[in-house]
Amino acid sequence: MHELSLCFALLEQVETLAAQHHAIRVERMTIHLGPLSGIEPSLLTTAWPIAAANSLAATAVLDIIISPVRVYCHDCGAESDATANNLCCGVCHSYHTQVRSGDELLLAHLELTLE
Amino acid sequence: MCDTCGCHQHDLTDSNEPITTNAAGRVELTVLKPLLNANDQQAAHNRAHCEQHGILVINLMSSPGAGKTSLLEATIDALAAELRIAVIEGDLETENDAQRIRAKGVAAVQITTGTACHLDANMVHEALHRLDLNKIDLLLIENVGNLVCPASFDLGQHRNVVLLSVTEGDDKPAKYPVMFRAADLVLITKTDLLPYCPEFQPARAAQALRHLATHSPCFQLNTRSSAPDLTAWLNWLRAEQSALKQRLALEPVHVRAHEHV
Repeated sequence: MHELSLCFALLEQVETLAAQHHAIRVERMTIHLGPLSGIEPSLLTTAWPIAAANSLAATAVLDIIISPVRVYCHDCGAESDATANNLCCGVCHSYHTQVRSGDELLLAHLELTLE
Repeated sequence: MCDTCGCHQHDLTDSNEPITTNAAGRVELTVLKPLLNANDQQAAHNRAHCEQHGILVINLMSSPGAGKTSLLEATIDALAAELRIAVIEGDLETENDAQRIRAKGVAAVQITTGTACHLDANMVHEALHRLDLNKIDLLLIENVGNLVCPASFDLGQHRNVVLLSVTEGDDKPAKYPVMFRAADLVLITKTDLLPYCPEFQPARAAQALRHLATHSPCFQLNTRSSAPDLTAWLNWLRAEQSALKQRLALEPVHVRAHEHV
């Protein structure tokens, strides 16, 4: 259940930004998450209220945008959809691929109410 | 964290995010920063600490019971004469593993995480300050036995090594892709038990790894039979230690070491 650790890290980051901008409340947070990040979105959603209780982000809406797993093939040059446990090229099936999307774990966006 | 290195003065974020005000009068910030930014910065700091002392740091991960501590014991027996080794042990409870390592005459710090399912960079940083870094060439971190959570947390290691024992399924890389994708080296352990585990086929485990588009090597070893075979693993460690030494000889370590988070 490392999602709770992640929520505390998120809260620390959000509180720092809120303080820098003299915000009294965090209204909305947008997170970009890929299946290869190792983070389970539903657990993140469950853990967030526990981490954020009594903070200025306690009522914030948590938007999670799931990135698709996409790979670029160094052999045939194609970019194709993939899955977390099969990252081979969807066209030529080579494993000489590079993940282009799907491993994100980013705080993308914040919406704040200022004092 | 520590007063001596100044890393308590860290500033997690820059204040240069693009800002707009929306129709509701609320401020919108575009941040685009890793969620584990603070851990990543602490991990970079740990790496700098260790590189300042020429220490190669290896993070060992696996499910519980795959043979991490036995591998550490056998590695110490084989390499203690040529490399000065120290160990950081991560477990939810007990000092048992650290005691096994100390019995070999090697410094070991036990981190008991309580209920936490993984080590993080802060825990490792505290452990680093309990070791004499001037007397270490190779630091082996035994993470909490778990194939899920430890994969997400950089500790400041140079290499991740993931163990897969033959008493587990050979499809573990397909079941736990995030962990095995993070591996710089995979070790198939307890191969002396292969005759009793015909369902485990090392070739199938290697194939599952290739499906993760990883080019990391996969070695087989055993530490307990009458003829333990650790050669490939030991040579890999020697090569990594030597490569780090060469890189540090070329790079201005004193600059890197002052990059406090």
